[in-house]
Amino acid sequence: MRESVVQVRNLIKSFGDLHVLKGVDLDLYRGENLVVLGKSGSGKSVLIKIMVGLLTQDEGSVKVLGKEVKDLNSRKLNELRLKIGFSFQASALYDSMTVRENLEFPLVRNVKNLSKEEKDKKVEEVLDSVGLLQTINQMPSELSGGQRKRIGIARTLILKPEIMLYDEPTAGLDPITCMDINNLINQVNEMYKTTSIIITHDLTCAKVTGDRMAVLLDGVFGATGKFEEVFEYAEDGRVKSFYDYNFIKQ
Amino acid sequence: MSGEPTNKDKVISKRIDRFFIGLERAYDFVKRFFKEVWFPPYEFKEVIRQCYQIGYNSLPLISLTGFIVGVVFTNQSRPSLSEFGATSWLPALISIAVVRAMGPLVTALIAAGKVGSSIGAEIGSMKVTEQIDAMEVSATNPFKFLVVTRVLASTFMIPVLVLYTDFVALLGAFVNVHFNELVSLSTFFVQVFDAISFLDITSSMVKSLFFGFTIGIVGCYKGYNSTKGTEGVGKAANSAVVMAMFLIFIEELLSLQVTNFFRQL
Repeated sequence: MRESVVQVRNLIKSFGDLHVLKGVDLDLYRGENLVVLGKSGSGKSVLIKIMVGLLTQDEGSVKVLGKEVKDLNSRKLNELRLKIGFSFQASALYDSMTVRENLEFPLVRNVKNLSKEEKDKKVEEVLDSVGLLQTINQMPSELSGGQRKRIGIARTLILKPEIMLYDEPTAGLDPITCMDINNLINQVNEMYKTTSIIITHDLTCAKVTGDRMAVLLDGVFGATGKFEEVFEYAEDGRVKSFYDYNFIKQ
Repeated sequence: MSGEPTNKDKVISKRIDRFFIGLERAYDFVKRFFKEVWFPPYEFKEVIRQCYQIGYNSLPLISLTGFIVGVVFTNQSRPSLSEFGATSWLPALISIAVVRAMGPLVTALIAAGKVGSSIGAEIGSMKVTEQIDAMEVSATNPFKFLVVTRVLASTFMIPVLVLYTDFVALLGAFVNVHFNELVSLSTFFVQVFDAISFLDITSSMVKSLFFGFTIGIVGCYKGYNSTKGTEGVGKAANSAVVMAMFLIFIEELLSLQVTNFFRQL
């Protein structure tokens, strides 16, 4: 039986009168890439933010690596966070730091007794793995959108997480750079043996990176399964329209 | 007349609610600062970096305004004193005014504008671009790294800047007095130090600590709680300055009462 690393049961989250998640159930199995699709504002990002404790649910259970996230104290939550990499939609690189300092930031705070040589080696290694070693001394403002995304991913990889959460990894990028990012996600999965959740509304990204799809519709998962099962033979009009919009039908 | 609340009542009620909710949030924020400041990890490197940003980078502006304040205040005071033939009291008058009130107040108001707005804008933009969330998910306490360091740096640096402003303002006053009354540097400063007491300097330093804390905590609070994207960042920077300046005047008033109480003992 496959090991479930994330278990979500009857997850409910509202912001005032806006009911975003209305009873979400989800299992993420070790080694798989799960793509969560849905329209803007459907609660995709909210779902993964609850998994890392950035938001707290109103009701329901979210277990990550066997731990109920909402019950963890700040020390235990930080221990769990070290095993989760979170790639933000807008990369969230620290503007006032160089690329090297951005990558060192989680490292120096979480890995004790690291020599300068070891630190440099880790930073260079992870930057090399995303193909951007040459940007090591640049400021985030000097990088392109695609480069920022890659550096953002590199920053999360430096602590060698077990689970990667990608929030809209291809948003705002041109199709060629999108493809590069999609390939990088697959490459990261292979190199670092991670289990991933990819939040997107880009079906190309979903098709290339995902082993399994889950479509959020009106606060619950309306369809789950392999790409073909969910989209190509979709009977639900909402899922169908989503597919038709992404792959413009003749 | 029915007992049903009108729309106007509801608006007023909402505003009152918002005021008290804001007050409670601010109280929680300050309480969290005092809770977090004592416990490790201590971000010494970041505190030093912030001290440099707040202190060293404010020097040109503080120097210029301090010098101008000294020159202008001396010039404005001379006619009144000369009516009584008491222009020789200028150094004493200026030293008391500068050390007791003008030095701390001018420094704090300039710092509120320069430092408070930059803290508010920096933390605000970090908030809206999810950099604070990124810190949190990388198991770093953003409150400790961003807020505690900046508040400590501004609390330590404002008194230092106040001492510097006092000195520069007195230098400006000396230049003015020297060219008009032909007073030497040593005579000027002997009169200056004769006029001020230990209590003047102590009270000035103590209230500067409070001014520094206020500038730091208000800037951080506004930035940390900014919303609505770039518009929110602008609002955070703006309201950090307005709120800090308002609180500085209130603190100045309170410190005057406390100092006067000690003076009468």
